[in-house]
Amino acid sequence: MSGETVAEHPLSEKSWRKKIRWDWVFLLATIPAFVVLVILFRGNKGSKATHVSWEYFKEMAIILPAVLVIMGLVTVWVEKDLIVRFLGEGSGMKGIVLSFILGSIPMGPLYIAFPLAYVLLKKGARVANIVIFLSAWACIKLPIEIVEFQFMGWKFALARYLATLVVVVVMSLAVEKLFFPHGWAAKGVEEEYVGIPSEKVTEEEIVEEIEED
Amino acid sequence: MDLTSTIVLIISALLLLLSFLKDRKKTLASLKVALNVAKRLLPSIAAIILLVGIIVGFVPPAWVARSIGTQSGALGVVIATFIGAVLFIPAIIAFPLAKSFMDMGAGTMATAAFISTLTMVGFVFLPLEIKELGKRFALTRNAMSLIAAVIIAIIVGVIL
Repeated sequence: MSGETVAEHPLSEKSWRKKIRWDWVFLLATIPAFVVLVILFRGNKGSKATHVSWEYFKEMAIILPAVLVIMGLVTVWVEKDLIVRFLGEGSGMKGIVLSFILGSIPMGPLYIAFPLAYVLLKKGARVANIVIFLSAWACIKLPIEIVEFQFMGWKFALARYLATLVVVVVMSLAVEKLFFPHGWAAKGVEEEYVGIPSEKVTEEEIVEEIEED
Repeated sequence: MDLTSTIVLIISALLLLLSFLKDRKKTLASLKVALNVAKRLLPSIAAIILLVGIIVGFVPPAWVARSIGTQSGALGVVIATFIGAVLFIPAIIAFPLAKSFMDMGAGTMATAAFISTLTMVGFVFLPLEIKELGKRFALTRNAMSLIAAVIIAIIVGVIL
């Protein structure tokens, strides 16, 4: 769900490179490329391209509003405190399951998850849980699965979902055991942290931001 | 309209109604969230829709099939893994792109690897992640996610 570039992250310094809206650059590069190609190859290839784009547009136009509405509802109704509380306390199997569930709840773009993960780690959450949390947040979020279901078919979506579930758990435990045997805050690890204090981070509530509009 | 879309539309409408009956203000806020996300996503979605058209229309299917097709085997999976890791595309628009590759002959394994790295490994986000979670955490997570993507791809390939 993190369609925006690093540019929009409120914590990053505002250099000119970060101010650029890459999605718009991308779009403004694609439109002329599409138009020129379709005009140049007016025959078979051009009409195939327009046809395919149109089909994708129709499919998106039907499914996207519904997905967005569900995401909006969850964002407003499920409080962020809930996530911090449960993940921080979570340990063992319960923690793993909770990390998965909480990561799957759509709460906004991925860059919201990084500061949240920092807060959780700082509060003593397991490294494994946070890796699971971030992975779930990135690629197996529930409303997004609807889109995968739609485009890739239920067989592929289900197979990838289950495979990701298993592999991510194993991976997170491996990361913890191999690289963080004494926890995230162990000596030498925390010194690498050069970010901004977590207080600034938790203020960053999407809902609040939006209500201010 | 197909079954999935219909079910999703019905569910979202029901949830919206439920939310509206419980709390009008919160419902309005959630719609604003939805609108905001839509505004942020629209340029990328529009670009991806056009890009998919360009790819399907103008990239010879033989290319795709040769580089990441079923016959390409392990190398195809590796290629797809790294293309996905360099590019950073949110999951919601990664699927249409992945599907267009698959329709053109990309293998199931390669497609699964592509989706995984596309969403889990973002080189674009690496500096930010290092800044927030520390170099050790960010680098190990990204490296392990690359490996995980390949393993996920193999599992998906075996299942299907």
